[in-house]
Amino acid sequence: MYTYSEFDHDFLKTRNAQFRAQVERRISGALTEDEFKPLRLMNGLYLQLHAYMLRVAIPYGTLNSAQMRQLADISERWDKGYGHFTTRQNIQFNWPRLRDVPDMLDALAEVGMHAIQTSGNCVRNVTADHFAGASADEIADPRPVAELLRQWSTDHPEFQFLPRKFKIAITGSPNDRAVTRAHDIGLRMVRQGNAQGFEVIVGGGLGRTPVIGKVISDFVPEQDLLPYIEAILSTYNSFGRRDNKYKARIKIMVNELGLDEVRARVDRRFATLRDEWSGADRAILRDLRESFAPPAFRTAPTEGYDVAYRHDPVFRSFADTNLAAHRHLDYAIVTISLKAHGATPGDATAEQMRLMADLAAQYGHDELRISHEQNVILPHVHKSDLPHLHAALQSAGLATANIGLISDIIACPGMDYCALATARSIPVAQEIAQAFRARELDIGAMKIKISGCINACGHHHVGHIGILGLDRAGVENYQITLGGDGTETAALGERAGPGFAYDQIVPAIDRLICAYLDLRVDAQESFIAAFRRLGPKPFKDALYQTGGRADAA
Amino acid sequence: MSRDFAPSVLTANDLFEGDVVYFTATGDWSRQHTDALLFTNQQEAAEALAAAQAQPERFVGPYLALAHSGPNGPEPVHFREAFRARGPSNYRHGKQPMGMC
Repeated sequence: MYTYSEFDHDFLKTRNAQFRAQVERRISGALTEDEFKPLRLMNGLYLQLHAYMLRVAIPYGTLNSAQMRQLADISERWDKGYGHFTTRQNIQFNWPRLRDVPDMLDALAEVGMHAIQTSGNCVRNVTADHFAGASADEIADPRPVAELLRQWSTDHPEFQFLPRKFKIAITGSPNDRAVTRAHDIGLRMVRQGNAQGFEVIVGGGLGRTPVIGKVISDFVPEQDLLPYIEAILSTYNSFGRRDNKYKARIKIMVNELGLDEVRARVDRRFATLRDEWSGADRAILRDLRESFAPPAFRTAPTEGYDVAYRHDPVFRSFADTNLAAHRHLDYAIVTISLKAHGATPGDATAEQMRLMADLAAQYGHDELRISHEQNVILPHVHKSDLPHLHAALQSAGLATANIGLISDIIACPGMDYCALATARSIPVAQEIAQAFRARELDIGAMKIKISGCINACGHHHVGHIGILGLDRAGVENYQITLGGDGTETAALGERAGPGFAYDQIVPAIDRLICAYLDLRVDAQESFIAAFRRLGPKPFKDALYQTGGRADAA
Repeated sequence: MSRDFAPSVLTANDLFEGDVVYFTATGDWSRQHTDALLFTNQQEAAEALAAAQAQPERFVGPYLALAHSGPNGPEPVHFREAFRARGPSNYRHGKQPMGMC
């Protein structure tokens, strides 16, 4: 993986010193809150309901063990001993004190990490497929391009004051695990003959105006990608609305101008920009490819795995749900669930972070990933090591075998932490996970996603079942959407109908699940497949106990 | 009591901790909602708010939040204020008394 150059280290050192001085000036009263707020946000520091919150970028979700250990140390030294992994592959510390934040940023810089551009109207942390560089279904590792984008976008003088925030996601696989169609720019690696390039999707996004992104170009050769993306940003920066923050995202520009006009403007801008790039980006990309060269995979027998799989039902259950196919047949991709039943989705204690770091160092070629689904991945584990790894995970409460099941829920922090939230998310996730625990293997593949406000950090629009928490006349109320999909077959869920009170949301989900179990062809037909076959009506009937199906199950 | 003014407490976030604080009857600030002064007079509330706004070196974002009197002191009206007063519901990291989470 990429390691910081001297330039990177110097840049961070300077930037952190600037922020330390800004904090001191705020404390001394030389800066008002109005003056300080944009400065702290540019460095990832929010003020939430109960405390400050520091959002740290994990570029394209990739960490090494030293970085994970440092996150654990930071959480213990300056926070409450845990961190919250987010749906944008960041980690959030929920309880820092203002005076300590400069020290936290210095500690991050020691391991090549920062919180820059995790907020504000700029290009945010570039996210990527969490199986990048490991997955059997991948064309190529997209992370060299993601790192190129990170370097290009960090402190880019032209794009520090965009009309609104700007999110880019990238995948090298035809199976989209990075929700590329719900980003301002989504990049999907494709091949045309021998040429490698990207399908470029523009104007996707969730939030109050959810839109599935549109393909602005079905093939941009890799050597043209950076000038092409700059052309999109530049076009958006010139045209995008600044008069109304709710109409400022690029999706609104695409809607107002039309895709063809946006494409024409981008192409004109690209024609100019392409010649201005002298090829430096291509030289850097070549070097970055070497940084992301695959590890030296080990050749060793895998009988130990086969024996454990045959004889240990707990291990077998873990292997069946938490492993994914690796490009090397003797290896597996391990997803460590941060969704123990009843726990807060995405939270890991310092002890858990340290154990995952140790396991990555011992068994995983020193690599970890954070998924947008708020789990941790060890992307390269030799199969013979899996039984030992599983035993170690069990010792720390990290062996929950529920990836892709109903308890593997995405949930934003909601009103338990977030100043923007209109209702709680976390306890809803906790209760659903516990309520369906005994039935989750029978229920099978299911993605429930919960947001505590219309900004949709919990991606509820693309959940098979989406839950949106709102404030209805001073009471928490939860709307349900059905049929969403965040993958290559992306779709926005449709609102089922009136919302449910806090204490009615689990019974409502239960009616939906019972209807699905009743209606599915067989156990192989997933909830989303059944929904697509049958349409929303039988599910709405079950939800609202209408249509003569008062008890669907 | 002003005709259009609903009883309110004055609250803000502490600059250094970010913690939720409340203006009290003694003119100090407390971390407990029940210690808050329940304003029933609009003029007095506005003056206290202006005074808090004039102390940016101590507080962030002071505002008046609806409240009503309870057996142990003022209680929040809106659930958002109840969460601010209590802390998150997933961990006892806020101001939850024992047995309440």
